[in-house]
This record gives sequence, structure tokens and C-alpha cells, in this order.
Amino acid sequence: MSEVPVRVALFVTCLVDLFRPSVGFAAVQLLEQAGCRVDVPATQTCCGQPAYNAGDKADAQQIARQVIDAFDGYDYVVAPSGSCAGMIRNHYASLLKGDANYHERAMALANQTWELTAFLVDIMGVESVAAPFDGVVTYHDSCSSLREVGTRNQPRLLLNSMPGLRLEEAPSGEVCCGFGGTFSVKYSAISIEMVDRKATALTTTDPDAIVGADLGCLLNIAGRLKRTGKTIAVRHVAELLTGDVDAPAIGEGA
Amino acid sequence: MESTAHTFKENVDDALQKKNLKTAMRRLETTIGPARLAARDRLPEFDALCDLAREIKDHTLANLDVYLENYEAKVRAQGGHVHWCATPEEARQKILDLCRAADAKTVTKGKSMIAEEIGLNDFLEANDIEPIETDLGEYIIQLAGEPPSHIIAPAVHMTKEDIADLFFEKHQIYDMPRREEPRELVDDARKILRPKYGAADVGITGANFLIAETGSSIIVTNEGNGDLTQSLPKTHIVVASLEKVVPTLADVTTILRVLARSATGQEFSTYTTFSTGPRRDGDLDGPENYHVVLLDNGRSAMLGGEFRDMLRCIRCGACMNNCPVYGSIGGHAYGWVYVGPMGAVLTPSLIGLEDAHDLPNASSFCGRCEEVCPMRIPLPKLMRLLREQAFTEKLAPARERWAMRVWAALATRPRLYRALSEAVARVLGNSGWRRGAFRYLPFAGGWLAGRDLPAPEGRTFHSLWRERTRLEARAGR
Repeated sequence: MSEVPVRVALFVTCLVDLFRPSVGFAAVQLLEQAGCRVDVPATQTCCGQPAYNAGDKADAQQIARQVIDAFDGYDYVVAPSGSCAGMIRNHYASLLKGDANYHERAMALANQTWELTAFLVDIMGVESVAAPFDGVVTYHDSCSSLREVGTRNQPRLLLNSMPGLRLEEAPSGEVCCGFGGTFSVKYSAISIEMVDRKATALTTTDPDAIVGADLGCLLNIAGRLKRTGKTIAVRHVAELLTGDVDAPAIGEGA
Repeated sequence: MESTAHTFKENVDDALQKKNLKTAMRRLETTIGPARLAARDRLPEFDALCDLAREIKDHTLANLDVYLENYEAKVRAQGGHVHWCATPEEARQKILDLCRAADAKTVTKGKSMIAEEIGLNDFLEANDIEPIETDLGEYIIQLAGEPPSHIIAPAVHMTKEDIADLFFEKHQIYDMPRREEPRELVDDARKILRPKYGAADVGITGANFLIAETGSSIIVTNEGNGDLTQSLPKTHIVVASLEKVVPTLADVTTILRVLARSATGQEFSTYTTFSTGPRRDGDLDGPENYHVVLLDNGRSAMLGGEFRDMLRCIRCGACMNNCPVYGSIGGHAYGWVYVGPMGAVLTPSLIGLEDAHDLPNASSFCGRCEEVCPMRIPLPKLMRLLREQAFTEKLAPARERWAMRVWAALATRPRLYRALSEAVARVLGNSGWRRGAFRYLPFAGGWLAGRDLPAPEGRTFHSLWRERTRLEARAGR
């Protein structure tokens, strides 16, 4: 560990903030264990993706500027989500093209921003975690983790290091679960058909837990499993990595 | 073709009711998707070829006027004719005039999406000329009275049983018994189609490419029907849109190497057929008359705008084959000729965003289309541009637009946002903790139609974090 701790700002994500704060605390714990000093900028809300994907460019720009201001001055920005990290990394600069005050800062922020598991492995050099998990786990890759920020092997490396855990791959792993943010509500019939297929694919390995790095997908998958009467625990990967599996899983009753 | 893209949501509901459609579409994920991957992996230079193919097309589009004029000059030098048509109406009328000049009663047709785009079959029928589709998939949907649901596999939405039923009903006039086996079904279609090639007065084909260097048109097929269609009748009409031109024979072979691999996972299509002008003295066969009907229909306008990248499309179908939205709803829901991600971009550009604004919006932006596109078309980016246009032009329902504005107003006021999200987390957390998820909730009908909404834990992260840092400060850390 270096003398001066790496200064990380946590981008909580709006879904973790509202639905599953425990994921945020698990992320903080993992980052601190890796030797980071973690801050949570108070003026953050959302990455702006709902507006950006709805074609509401002006509002998306406004939110992007707010994020850039809020996350100024850190070594890294880390999000427990490939989707929000991908938004900041891949889209802020083009969104703010021509904005003299923010374009360069957007590019700088893009280079500092990481999805949690990729950051732990690729930047902090974490290779294993000590928390045990007794059972079969199937990992769900979110589209944005896979195709926007290149997270694929990192969470698997960490999960495989956990004593007692056996990782089983589901078929059609690269296919979208049908969440897609507001897509899931605007085109819910299509979204539900997609999540039905995904839930079926994910259960073929008969896992004890389905985990992923994006809460949007996980709410979608857990919601479909619950509706169809299947009781497989769905959790964010950070929860497993910290051994925080005593609380009810996503969508699970008390 | 008449568009129903404006009733997209209703089309989707209809599609999702169809059990056989679901069965047929679910095959894509396990058949054609893996076939493409395997073909790509067998060719180490595949990615480099895609880059080269993109460069060829970009160069062509930047000099389109030159290459089109070269192409026309070559065709004319070989005794053929090129007819420039700005609109579908002009193209239809030109083709009808050519058919009448040939005194045509029946016309055989190879597969052509441009013919679908201009609504050629209905127009010919209305003018007492019988169009006969000779591609098996097109033959099937012509019997069924349906438009194609895929740009290279027009009947992909039907199961083997659907086709057996259809053939049994429509082939009664030939005294054919009910068939079940694909081989027998194909043989029946072949038996019926064979004599029609020779009897047709005109053969109409599309074109995968037009080559400026040689004045040739190219079709790629797996059935050989295109060859018979274009070489047996006295008149061959090629109907193509103007972005199909490429500079040289060498260029086209580069693009062909990525086309079949991306489309069906084949190394090469079974037939790659070049046609260059009418029959020459000494040729054993071939048409006496060779015409090319070149359609613009909005493409030259795209050339100068933000959607130019779309004109690189070579119609391989990889984007739809790998699209989970297309795989869920099939092609007919898109309401017009072009379907899947490429249709979601092309359709609004050709028929107008007002009628088709649902198409670019109905995507989860999963990014697979861009990943598999051999021509490197940034489909999600283009869909997003269309969404921005639709938002600016207020084409989305007012309720959606206002919901977005209200949400954005909150998201740019952190303190207010914080207070409200804490209140929502508490209310939903308190009422949902026992079951862990909601089955019923006001204002969440769309989400809840087929899945529960997991309940929040009851507090927001930010409020808990503030408490934690306060306690830590008090403890003197």
C-alpha cells in the first residue's frame, strides 16, 4: 500500500441510493480494504442517463456539468455500476462538446471513472477477497459493463477467489436482460419478454445466487423471478464480495 | 409499402400474443447468432476486413456522384439502360412502363428490399401484371399475403408447421398433399416455380452491389433462383438504391468476405452472380434487354446529414439477428420494410420521424447491434440522434416528456432530490419490507405488468452516510 492513500469519490448511483444503500456501503468497504480513502460528494444525484437516452440533451448536459463539479479533485471516481460509469466515461465528453468550460474537464473525468470491480482489479491490483460463500453463483453481465466499460473477467476473478464459491456460466450471457432504464417502463411489453428469457437462461445453472454489477438489471431480474415464483437470491456483486449476505436478497421478504 | 410504424406499440402487443412467432424467433439466439461468431472466429483478419470495408464505403459515399456516373456510363456502353428515380412512385411507374414495353403478363422476381420499399408487387397486380416471387422465403410470404419480417430471411417469423399449413391450403390447386418435412415443402415450391421462370416476360432482381468499374450488378443468394430470374426472361430489370454502388471489383470482393459471414455465418453465399448488360453476340443465354432502376427516395438527403453512416449498410441482417428487441417481437411490429436496429435508423430517415419515432426509442441500448455490424455503423448513436430530434419536435407523448422534465428539475437540485428520495425510500421501504417486493403500486403499471418491483431497504444511502460521518466526527475520528 502506498504512503498516500488513493483518493476515491464514490458515485453512489441513484438506484443504489434509493433501493439498496447496503450496496453503497459494501462498495465503500471494498474500496477501503483496497487502501483507498473514500469520499461521497454530497451534491451528486444521477449521471443523467435517463434524460440522455430520452433525447433530452439539454437536461442531460445540465446534469453532466453538475456531476463534473461534484467530482472535481479526486484521483478516481468509482461507481458500483457499469452503466453510470459508462455514461461518464463514454458520453460526457461528446455531450459537452463545444462547452468551453466543461469539455476538457469531461474528458479528464472520463479517464478517472471506473466500474467498481474493474477498478479493484485493474487499478488497485486486488486479486482475492476473504469473504466466503457456500454455493453456486451465476454472474450476470450488464450490457454496459460488457460493452461500455470492459468489465467481464474482473468480477469473476474476485468471485472465484471466495472460499466455497463455485461460478457457473449461464447460456446467452451477452444478451440484454431488458432493463434499459426508462425502456423498461416505456416499452414494458418488450422489456418483460426480454427479462423472461434472461431469467430462464440464468436459472438453467440452478444457482444459489445470481449476482451482477448493475442494480437496474438486478431489480429487473429479481422482479421477474419473484413474479414467476422462483426463489433464487439476487444480489449485487459487492454484497457477496464483502460477505454481506445476511440481509434479505433483492426483492426477498423479511 | 404502407407503413404501420405509427402504431408500433399495438403492433408489439399483437406480436407478443403469437405463440408460433415466439417459437420461431427464439431460434435466432441459438442458430444464426452462434453461426456468425464461429465464422468470424475462423477468419483471423475478419476485423481488419471490416475496417477495410468501412473505408471502401466511406470513400464511395464521399464520391458517390462520380461513381454513379461511372457506373451509368459502363452500363450504357454495354447496351444497358439506367433510369434515375427520385421517388417510389417514379420507380414503380418506370418498372411498369418497362414491363408494358415487354408486353409482360407475368414477372418473376428475385428477392429485393427496394421492390418492397416501393410497393412493387401491389402496384403490378393493380395493373394486371402478375409478380411471382421465386426466393423461397419471399414465395412463402407472398402466399401468406404478408410483408417480409427480415431483410434476408423474409419468413423467419414462421415455424415449419405454419408453412406446412400454408402450403397445404394454397397448394390445393396443384393437388398437392399435406407435407411436413422441410425437404418436401421445398420440393413442392420448386416444382411450382420451375416452369414459371421460362414463361415470364420480365425478370426483376435486386442488387447487393453495383460496380462502377465494370457496370455490373451483383446478387448473392443461396437458392439460385436469382440466376434463373435474370437470365431466362427477355428483359432483366435490376432495381437498386443508389448507395449500393462500389468502385471496383476488388472492393466488392473485400465486402463480400464480411457479408455472408455476418449474415448467415457462411464463408460465402452459395451463389454470387454478376450480371453485366444484356446478352452479347455469341452468348448462349441472357436477357435481350437490361435495365437498372436506380432509386434515391431520400438517400441523397441522408448523404449530407448526420445519418450518412447508415448508408454504409450492406443489408447483412447481423444487427437484427443479434437484437434482443427484434428477437422478442419479430419484424412485422416495426411496421415497414426495414426492421431491427438498422430499420430503427433507416425507416425514420426514409418515411419521416413523425410516423416512426417509436422505432429508435424502442431499444434498451444494449449495444450488440454496433458490436456485430461489419460496416461499423454506430447504430445506438444514430438512434440517440433520432431520439433527440423526436424530443425537440415533441413527438413523444406529452406525459413522458413532462415526466422527464420534472425528474430532471429534481436531479439538478440535490437538496430537494435528497429529501424526496429519502421520503420515497421510507414510504416504500415501510410498506414493502415484509413481502420484499410490490405486485401492485400506483404509477408503476408498466413495470408491474410482468414483474414485481423489489422494495427499497427503507433509507437512502446519502442519509445513512451523513449519519455515519456525523457519528464518526463526534467520536473524534
